[in-house]
Amino acid sequence: MNSICKTALPVGFEPMVPIPALQAPMLVTLICNKVQAGFPSPAEDLGMVRLDLSKLIGADEEDAYFMWVSGDSMVQFGIFDGDLVLIRKRKRPRHGQIVIACLDRDFLVKKLYKKPDGTKLQAGNPEVPDIVLKDGQTLEIWGVVTNTVRMFKA
Amino acid sequence: MYALVDGNNFYVSCERVFQPALNGVPVVVLSNNDGCAIARSNEAKALGIAMGAPWFQIKHLEASAGLVALSANFGFYGDMSDRMMRLAAALGPRQEIYSIDESFIDLAGVRGDLVERAHTIRSRILQGTGIPCGIGMGRTKTLAKLANHIAKTAERKPGSYPEALAQVCNLEALQAAEQEAVFAATPVGEVWGVGRQIGKRLVAGGIHTVLDLQRMDLATVRRQFSVVLERTVLELQGTPCIELEHMPQAKKEIACTRSFGRAITTLEPLSEAVTEFASRAAEKLRRQHGLANQVLVYIRTSPFRKDDRQYSRSVTVPLRRPSADTAVLVQSALRGLGSIFVEGFRYAKAGVMLLDLQSNRLQQGELDLEDDRMEDRSRLMLAMDTLNQRFGKGKVHLASAGLQGNHKQWTMRQERRTPGYTTSWADIPIARA
Repeated sequence: MNSICKTALPVGFEPMVPIPALQAPMLVTLICNKVQAGFPSPAEDLGMVRLDLSKLIGADEEDAYFMWVSGDSMVQFGIFDGDLVLIRKRKRPRHGQIVIACLDRDFLVKKLYKKPDGTKLQAGNPEVPDIVLKDGQTLEIWGVVTNTVRMFKA
Repeated sequence: MYALVDGNNFYVSCERVFQPALNGVPVVVLSNNDGCAIARSNEAKALGIAMGAPWFQIKHLEASAGLVALSANFGFYGDMSDRMMRLAAALGPRQEIYSIDESFIDLAGVRGDLVERAHTIRSRILQGTGIPCGIGMGRTKTLAKLANHIAKTAERKPGSYPEALAQVCNLEALQAAEQEAVFAATPVGEVWGVGRQIGKRLVAGGIHTVLDLQRMDLATVRRQFSVVLERTVLELQGTPCIELEHMPQAKKEIACTRSFGRAITTLEPLSEAVTEFASRAAEKLRRQHGLANQVLVYIRTSPFRKDDRQYSRSVTVPLRRPSADTAVLVQSALRGLGSIFVEGFRYAKAGVMLLDLQSNRLQQGELDLEDDRMEDRSRLMLAMDTLNQRFGKGKVHLASAGLQGNHKQWTMRQERRTPGYTTSWADIPIARA
């Protein structure tokens, strides 16, 4: 549609009325269009689109962010070193969810324990101690982890 | 009714999302080449750092006040802006994205309590992106913009306006007397469309506040100032004169200018820079389906280096035919550069501007008097643009722009740039497990 026809008139176009000669310059915009011939696709009206993983897991949402995981403290919860995690920032962090917490300039991926007896960040590895909040220490939850993507070494 | 949604200290707020340690700390974001402050946190504003303050003038605050300065990370800000805009769009049926951190929303037909609705959207944006914003609402775009200023100022400087107007301010919901008090407390220079010069003239004429301006006689405004200011006064009085724009207007000229990382003394690196600037501009020109008739190129030394001998020249090169061909535009720019380059100066900045633009849908017919042997390379240009779009900026370029592998002398200095937290797989943050 953006192409410009070089000739003034399309081939085969014969005007019934002669075009008057003008003294002033004249700008002519031509629209070149093609008409499709042939058998229309039988799938045209079904409106099907290919599956989109981003849509399924919500990675295309406005509050979706990715982080790489480093470390082995979450293996019991199925999160391994080198995994990619999808984080939703608008989800309200609740007891039992895997979250991203901000602590001392670091992003941590942990399981949130939030009960009347206290708040802690649980690890999923018997060798790694939980992080228990001290009085007065504030915990900032950056977002809730909703999915992981594991990259197999192929 | 219109709303203006505007991110607070936008670039700084973006940086704080992935560096929470920057909260509560004075932070500035510096322009290209780490030249001057283009965004300031509230703490930085409190230190007295002005908008546009040159870096070398505030650098000492790093040591004395804990100031943190970052190089602008525009790719990242663009993505955060996109997220913010989409969340803001839910406020009403139509949206105009006015700048990277501001959008107007048409509230026509929106029912219910607008203030409550705006607070909901505001917290959605804050939760989803970490960016705090102010929302102003009014009967016209000028009033919405003013209400936004009030919402932000009421939050940042408690006591300046009624506390209830902080974060979200709907001028329409105020009683007449309340509105007057708010307008009387706002300097006239804060009105959208009142520039510094006009502001000075208004103050000199006894018009100090928004209320004064709103009450001016329209005929007097037109006679003593302009129709433009008359339109602003009408908007302040509640008569909409500025419509929502859906499509960004095609640009009348396209410029690509930049300061160099360090001073340049020879023609070769200057030619590389000018080639790249002209190529960038040509790409933008093709994106808006335009053709340029003239190419302007300029070079100058740095006015900040007082000891250097100063030189500044520009030249306009007319084109034989309007073009959007990178090779043609670069060739003309380089011809211009050759005619203004003088040896013996320390060049700090160069720029290329494409002027006298027209649409590529119009073509001036001409008599076939001469053959300039210029073939139509629009398909080549399309291929180049498509490749660069798919494989990254500058993947395919003219050889005179220099090779990427070489360390270009003139590339930008961005020593303090944060990574592409949301735009590059290699740069996304690491969560420790």
